[in-house]
Formats: sequence, structure tokens, C-alpha cells
Amino acid sequence: MISYGQVAAGTELPPVSYPVTRLSLVRYCGASGDFNVIHWNERIARSVGLPNVIAHGMFTMAQAGRYVTDWAGDPGSLLEFGVRFSAPVVVPDDDTGATIEVTGRVEEKLDGNRVVLGLTARSGEAKVLTRARAVVRLR
Amino acid sequence: MALNQDYLGRTFPATAAYEVSRVKIAEFADAIGDPNPVFRDTAAAQAAGYPDVIVPPTFPIVIAMAASGMAAADPGLGLNYAMVVHGEQRFEYSRPLHAGDVVTAQSTISGIRAVGSITMLTTETQIRTTGGEHVCTSYATLVERGSG
Repeated sequence: MISYGQVAAGTELPPVSYPVTRLSLVRYCGASGDFNVIHWNERIARSVGLPNVIAHGMFTMAQAGRYVTDWAGDPGSLLEFGVRFSAPVVVPDDDTGATIEVTGRVEEKLDGNRVVLGLTARSGEAKVLTRARAVVRLR
Repeated sequence: MALNQDYLGRTFPATAAYEVSRVKIAEFADAIGDPNPVFRDTAAAQAAGYPDVIVPPTFPIVIAMAASGMAAADPGLGLNYAMVVHGEQRFEYSRPLHAGDVVTAQSTISGIRAVGSITMLTTETQIRTTGGEHVCTSYATLVERGSG
């Protein structure tokens, strides 16, 4: 587990890639209770102007959350976590699906062992999360 | 379509009590692909200092959506749900939820803004234990795309 003293503002964190397939979305629909058809029905997704089925924004946010908690070492250390969904993660109907690549940077160290991380997430060429920020309390 | 500005500031009834369960936490962690044992193994969670397995950071959306959905689906508000996408999401945590917590969620409409052909609806949802302890606040902004 990383400690507050080990962290320096300005440090870039290594990128991590998370896969997302149609099966991921079906499972996320069931687990979250969000059955919006644009997450599983290509016909309807296209009819409302989307390029294909898209991932739940909250699925993408969950990957960014995992990135933060894997870095911090304690999934209960988050104090604040916010994102803006700037573009959809388009998930084709094939065996590979799409990839969400998350990167982070230590933006600031605050009192009380709090650290502010700035996050970005991309899928293909698209920046899918912007203004993504997490505040964690380290030991 | 413009939303009904009379709904700004309106607080909706709290949801029925929701019991956070180990099985649901594990199902959610599997669905997001996060293998961390503190979401599945009580002993691992206790070793990390928690009373029981805890939830992943975005899990509170499952509970918050029941409350914010009540606000967004109110026919008097005038939101066209077919044209809605999730614009922004933020959580503030007092502590992580854990298995055995019994909570309710209550939403307030904190923002209604029209920008060109789109309308943004912001809800603030408080998640508290049935004993009144604050656990998490969820701020969600839904974007209704213009229908022309």
C-alpha cells in the first residue's frame, strides 16, 4: 500500500488498459439494474444516432475507480470521485470489443494525508472521461 | 423540450430501505472486472480494517439510481428519457458501504439548465443508514439531447 510520504505532486502514474466486450455490458446491466437499450441493442442504438452499442458511463467510471484503488491499495480510501463523460465507449459485436485506457497524475497533496489525482480515460482516439478527479486518503 | 423549472429544489421521498449484501457486492465487482478480495472475502476486508466486505467506489450508483430515477421520471418534470445520456457523476464518501449496511437514498433536484438545444438536470442524492449516518452523496448530471 502506498503511503502519503511516498507520493510526490506531479508524478505521472503508468497507464492501465481495461477490456470491455458485449458480455461485459450485459453483465453490468444485470449487476447495476441499468438496462437502457443503448447498452445492449445495436438496432436501437443506431436508430437514436449512436455508431453502435455503447458502454454505460458508469462502467467506464468503475474502471477509473479501479485504477485509483489499485494505486492507493485500499478501495475504501476514496473521499471524492468525479468524472465528466465526454464521449461514448463504442463496443463492437466481435470477440475483442473495446479498450478503456486510464492514466493518472498526482495533482496535489493536501493536509490530512489527502492526495488529489487527475485522471484521463481514452478509448481508441476518443477521450471518454474528462475533468476526472479523485481524492484519496493515504496512510 | 424545456423542463419544468418549478421542480428546481424539489426533494423527493426517500427510497425503501436497501440492505447491502455480500452477494450483490460480489456480483457488481465481477461485472466491472475488479478482482480485489476486499469485495468478496470477509477475512480480507477485516484484515484491511472493515467490518465486512466493502463495495467498489461506483457501487452507490445502484442505490442512488432508485432515488434519482424517481425524480427524473416524474411526469411533471418533462424529461424525455429516450434522449437522455449521463453527463457527469461525482461521489462524496463519508466511508465505504459494507455488507450489512441498511440504507435509504433521497434525491433533490439541484440544477436545471438549458444550453442551446440541450437541457441538463442535476440531482443530489444522499445515502444514509436507517440510523441517520451519512455514507455517500451522489451528484448526477443527466443531459437531454435536443430533439430539434
